[in-house]
Amino acid sequence: MGGFFKSSIGRKVAMALSAFFLMFFLLQHFAINILSVFSPDTFNEVSHFMGTNALIQYGLQPVLIFGVVFHFVMGFILELKNKSARKISYAKNHGAANSTWTSRNMIWSGLAILAFIVLHFIDFWFPEINTKFIEGDWSGLHDGEFRYFHELQEKFLSPVRVGAYVVAFVLLMLHLLHGFTSAFQSMGATAGRKKTLQNIGKAYAIIIPLGFIVIAIYHHFNHIH
Amino acid sequence: MNLTLKIWRQKDANAKGQMVEYKVTEISEHMSFLEMMDVLNEQLVNSGDEPVAFDHDCREGICGMCSMYINGEAHGPDRGVTTCQLHMRMFKDGDTITIEPFRAAAFPVIKDLVVDRTSFERIQQAGGYISVNTSGNTQDANAIPISKHAADEAMDAATCIGCGACVATCKNSSAMLFVGAKVSQYALLPQGQVEAADRVQNMVAQMDLEGFGNCTNTGACEIECPKGISLENIARMNRELMKANLK
Repeated sequence: MGGFFKSSIGRKVAMALSAFFLMFFLLQHFAINILSVFSPDTFNEVSHFMGTNALIQYGLQPVLIFGVVFHFVMGFILELKNKSARKISYAKNHGAANSTWTSRNMIWSGLAILAFIVLHFIDFWFPEINTKFIEGDWSGLHDGEFRYFHELQEKFLSPVRVGAYVVAFVLLMLHLLHGFTSAFQSMGATAGRKKTLQNIGKAYAIIIPLGFIVIAIYHHFNHIH
Repeated sequence: MNLTLKIWRQKDANAKGQMVEYKVTEISEHMSFLEMMDVLNEQLVNSGDEPVAFDHDCREGICGMCSMYINGEAHGPDRGVTTCQLHMRMFKDGDTITIEPFRAAAFPVIKDLVVDRTSFERIQQAGGYISVNTSGNTQDANAIPISKHAADEAMDAATCIGCGACVATCKNSSAMLFVGAKVSQYALLPQGQVEAADRVQNMVAQMDLEGFGNCTNTGACEIECPKGISLENIARMNRELMKANLK
């Protein structure tokens, strides 16, 4: 199988597998975040469980980091290889005649998502790692109450940050609009199920990022009022 | 109609090429694109200039020789046709038409609009065949029952003429539609099963060796293919390669 993953198709399959993993993670992340809109207490409890469970912290979290890094690194490697497959560009190329903008610009939407992840890590992940692993505070408490919901609301006070998150989620939507069905195509999905897959892909690509946008905007206005 | 043509001129494989502008007049809308190129070349020869080199052979859409990237699209703006089947009625009087060779590192330019597509032949030689005894006692192919569905799909894949429009139009210069079609036409038939695993592994290895890019599923190849080869063939090739590696 080692040779398989060195082949062009093997690399496509590796990209698709990491994409499936990341899309599953995104769904799980959304399912937890949406709780913050409906029930802050439940959101706090679930966040505390996710943040302190040993299997998640020491088992799944490193896998997730690897999955993210792998997807980006492999994406860059494939992009560079693909660029080198055409040394001289066309003087005139009518890409829109035969393919969607989203499918042709996965590298750009991907880079924007990478930039967003850096911001997101600075906002949430680094402080979380600092509290738990540097300061050694695993209580999840601040002034005797769970801190997670409060921290979330605080982050969305700034309209600039909310704007940045909204833009990032729109780009995530564009990335997923091609990426979802593309991952299945790479795994050899058959034409018979193509229409169903496309519909599920569109629904996923629109609903999940839109949901994240709603959460960010909700907390921005909810906190102000 | 009167047209302005911007054509890639390159003396030979090692020369540095450039776009050169020409004017052609009184072009009939009933002409094929290649006939329009013939008019231009006659004009160039008469004025003592070097004619534009371009590939062509059957001029009826089945040999896959004519290439050309016309106004940013492989085989021009029409669908399901090769350049020889592209009619001048697709253009308007006064238009400027950009004509370039198929661009890919694996399709180096030989001269002007002529590119070397022998990389496709080497991929075919790596596995695009079945080994049968042809010494006179060949078994009748119809003796093996084949479902109508499989026969139709194999025939659809086999209509690939190996023109290279898929590579030319792909933003990654990927040859996966071509290789997918060639793998599929045998993978779907019982005669192709014996060598199925070796075939897909060897053809994909040769494709990678030739320097084609990787498919990112934009679907541009399927749209520009003059024979309407479906993306399903790429998915089937992916399945075949995974299957071969799990053996």
